[in-house]
Amino acid sequence: MPAFGSFALLLALALSGYNLFAGAIALRQLTTGARGRISPERLAETARRAGIGGFFAVSGAVFALVWAAFSNDFSVSYILHHSNRALPGPYKFAALWSGQEGSLLLWAWLLAAYGFVLRIRHKVDVRLSAFASTILAGIQIFFLLLLNFAAPPFSLVAGTIPQDGFGLNPLLQYPEMVIHPPMLYLGYVGFSVPFAFALGALMMRYPGEKWIHITRRWTMVTWLFLTCGIFLGAHWAYSVLGWGGYWAWDPVENASLMPWLTGTAFLHSVMMQEKRGMMKQWNIWLIFSTFALTVLGTLLTRSGLVSSVHAFAQSSIGTWFWIFLVIVLAICLFTFILQRDHLKSEHKLESLVSRESSFLFNNLVLLAACFTVLWGTLFPVISEYVQGNKVTVGAPFYNRVAVPIGLFLLLLTGIGPVLAWRSTSFKSIRKNFILPAVSAVVTAIVLIACGVHPWKDWDQGQGSLYSLMAWSLGALVVTAVGSEFLRGAGVISRHTGQNIFASMVQLTRRNTRRYGGYIIHFGVVVIFIGLAGSAFNQSQEQELNFKQSMNIGPYRLVCQSYSQDTNLNYDSEFALLDVYRGDRKVTQLAPEKRFYQASQTTQTMVANHSTLAWDLYVIYAGKDPDNGQPIIKVFLNPLVAWIWIGVIIVILGTFVALAPNLTAALAASRSRVPVVEGAAMATSKGGD
Amino acid sequence: MRRLLRASQLGLVVLLVVFTMGSADTAVRYNELGHKMMCACGCGQILIECNHYGCPDSPRMLDELRAAINHGDSDTAVLKAFEAEYGPTVLAAPMFTRFNMIAWIMPPLVLLIGIVGTFALVRKWRLRTVPMPAASAVKGFDRIREQIRKETEL
Repeated sequence: MPAFGSFALLLALALSGYNLFAGAIALRQLTTGARGRISPERLAETARRAGIGGFFAVSGAVFALVWAAFSNDFSVSYILHHSNRALPGPYKFAALWSGQEGSLLLWAWLLAAYGFVLRIRHKVDVRLSAFASTILAGIQIFFLLLLNFAAPPFSLVAGTIPQDGFGLNPLLQYPEMVIHPPMLYLGYVGFSVPFAFALGALMMRYPGEKWIHITRRWTMVTWLFLTCGIFLGAHWAYSVLGWGGYWAWDPVENASLMPWLTGTAFLHSVMMQEKRGMMKQWNIWLIFSTFALTVLGTLLTRSGLVSSVHAFAQSSIGTWFWIFLVIVLAICLFTFILQRDHLKSEHKLESLVSRESSFLFNNLVLLAACFTVLWGTLFPVISEYVQGNKVTVGAPFYNRVAVPIGLFLLLLTGIGPVLAWRSTSFKSIRKNFILPAVSAVVTAIVLIACGVHPWKDWDQGQGSLYSLMAWSLGALVVTAVGSEFLRGAGVISRHTGQNIFASMVQLTRRNTRRYGGYIIHFGVVVIFIGLAGSAFNQSQEQELNFKQSMNIGPYRLVCQSYSQDTNLNYDSEFALLDVYRGDRKVTQLAPEKRFYQASQTTQTMVANHSTLAWDLYVIYAGKDPDNGQPIIKVFLNPLVAWIWIGVIIVILGTFVALAPNLTAALAASRSRVPVVEGAAMATSKGGD
Repeated sequence: MRRLLRASQLGLVVLLVVFTMGSADTAVRYNELGHKMMCACGCGQILIECNHYGCPDSPRMLDELRAAINHGDSDTAVLKAFEAEYGPTVLAAPMFTRFNMIAWIMPPLVLLIGIVGTFALVRKWRLRTVPMPAASAVKGFDRIREQIRKETEL
C-alpha cells in the first residue's frame, strides 16, 4: 500500500503538471489566436481531463494512507507516529490530518476535489473555467511537490518495525476533531476557487461581472466551511483544553480568523461590484489577500516562526511556503498591473450616508480587524528583530485592541441594511434609526438597572463595559434587522392575507440573498451576546473528599465518589459530582483526567452542564499527592451556549442565502395581486 | 451650544473620576495580574488559566504573585519583577514602553487612517461627480419606479 500511495502521488503530480502546462499553452493560443498541431480547444480539453484524473490519483493516495492506518501498517512512519492498535476507528481515520504530511495530503485532496467539481461543471463558462482550472493546477502542483519531496506521507520506517504505534495526540482524540480540521481545510482550500476565478477573469479580461455570479456560491460555501471550522475549533478548545475558554488568540486560531475576515469583507463588497460596478480593484485584491492569508497562516504555524499551542503540525517546510507565497503575490501583482485598466469603476460613491459607504466602512473595519490580528501575531517576530527579544502578544492585547473594532463592526451591521443605495435622506435616517437607537438605549438602561456597572469593574479591565456595549448594540442590530423583516412581511401580509410569519417566510424566499444575509447578521449578534458573557466568568478550585461540597453561583457540587479506571487506550481518574440547585439535584457530572499509554501524555476531559444562562464547567485538576483526594476546578461561564446557537443561526442564514429565489411563487402571487399593490410589494425585493 | 459643550465636558470629567476611583482588593488584583502574565513552562497559556497536570512552573509563579501582592507591591512593580525573573515573554501583552508602544498604536492608527482616507476619497469623488439628486428626491421618481417595476417584473 505505501508503494501504491507514493505512486499515486507521483501520478497526481504528473497529471497536474500536464494540466498546468497544456492548459496554459491552450489558453495562450486561444487568447492570441495562434494555432499549434493540436487545436487549442482539444488541448484545453485534455488538460481538463488530466485535472480530473489528478483528483482520482490523490484520492488513491488518501485511500492508501487511511488503509495503512486501519491495517496498523507501522512500516509507514506517519502511521507509526500518529496511530496505534488500540486507537478507535474514527480516530484512525482522523490520523489522516493529525500530522504534517497527512494534513498536507488532506489539503491536496480537498483542492483536487474542488478542482474536480469545477472541471465537471466547466460548461458554466468553458473559457473562464479553463483559466480557473489551470490556476488551480498550479496551486495543486505546489502541494504535490511538497508531498512528493518535502513531506512524503508514505516514507518507511528504517530498521525494525515496532509492534505498536506511538498513538494519536490525546488532544485530537475527541469527536469534534474528526470534523473540525476537514471543515477548516475545506474553508482554507475552498478560497483557492474564487481566487482562481478572479485571477483567471483578470488574466482574460473577462467582460462584465458574470464571474462573480459564478463564484458567489463557491465563496459562500467556502466561507461557511471556514466559519464552521473556526467555531468547531473553538468548541473543541472549550471542551478539551480545559482552561475554561474557547478562544485564546493563539497564532493558529489567528491564522484561521484572518482569511475569514477578508473573506467576509469580500462577500460584502462584491455586492457593490454586482449592483453598481464599483470597487473592482478592491475586490480583486480582497480575494487575492484572502488566498494569500490562507497560505500565510499555514506558513506562520508550520514554519515555527511564531510559537503556538498547536504544535502537532510544525516542521521545516516554511521555506516552501515562503517561496510559494512570493510567487503567488508576484503573479497577482503582475497580472493586476498589466490588466488594471480593465478594473475601472463604473460609478463613484455619491454620499457618505448610503449603502455603498456602509459597505466601504464595513470593509475598512473588517480589514482593520484583520490587520490587528496579523499585527499581533507577527509583532513578537518584529520585536525580536528590532529589540533582540521576543514579547508575548496574547489575550490582553486583543481584548483591548480588537474588541472595540469588533463592536464598531457590530454597529455597522445594524446601520448598513437600513441605508438606501446611492444616498439616504435625513428623513429616512430618522425614520429607520429611531427605533433601533431607542432599543439600544433601553437595553443599556435595563442592563445597568440589572447590575451591569462598568464603572465598578473598571479596575478589572473594560470587560463589563464592552459587554454592556455589545448587548446594547446587539439590540440595535436586532431591531434594525427585525423591522426590515416586519416592514416587508407587513406589505405581503396586507396583500395576501397571510399571517405575519408566513409572510416573513415568503419574503425571505423571494430574496433569499438579502434576507439570508439578515439572518446571518442576527446570528452574529447572538454570537456577540454569548461572547460578551465572558466578562462575568467566575471560577473556583477546591479539594473534595466524599460528601464534601463546593458552591459557585446558584450551584452546589457534592462529591459522591472518586475512582480510577483503565482500558487498552488510556488510564483515567475521575470524580462523580452531584450538582444541586437549591435542594433540587440538577445533574451528575464526571470530570476526568486521562493518561494515554501510547503517547505517555495526560489529557483533561471536561464535564459541562450547559444551560442558556450559563455553563457549569468542571475540570478534574488532579489529586492531592498527600491524601489522594481530587482537586476540582469549577467555572461558571455565562451565556456560552448562545455562541453555539448563534453559529447555528449563521449556518441557517447561509443556507437561506444560497437557496435560489422563489421566482415562480412570486409570479403566481403577482397574478393574484392588483398591479399597484404588486409594485408596492416589490419594494421589499429591492436587493441587498 | 456653549452650555451643551460645557455640560458634556463636565460629564466626561465625572465619568473619568468615577472610572478611576477606588482600588482593587487582593483577590481582584491576583486575578487581574494572573491574567496579565503567561505560564513560563511554554504551554502558551495565561498564568492563572494554566491547567497542566503537574505543571512545573505555574504553581510556583502563582505563589510568587500572591506573595508580591501581600507584600504591597504595585501592579507595575509586580509585572517588572516577573519580567526581570522570567524574561519579557512572561507578560501576556507588551508593556507601554518605547518600541512596544507601536504594537498598541498601529491597529487604531490604521483604522483611523482608513476612515480619514475614506472620507477624503468620497469627498474627492463627490467633487468630481456631476451633482445629481438622490433617487428619492427626484420629483415623481416613485411613480416612475413603480411603473418600471410593474412593466419589468414578473
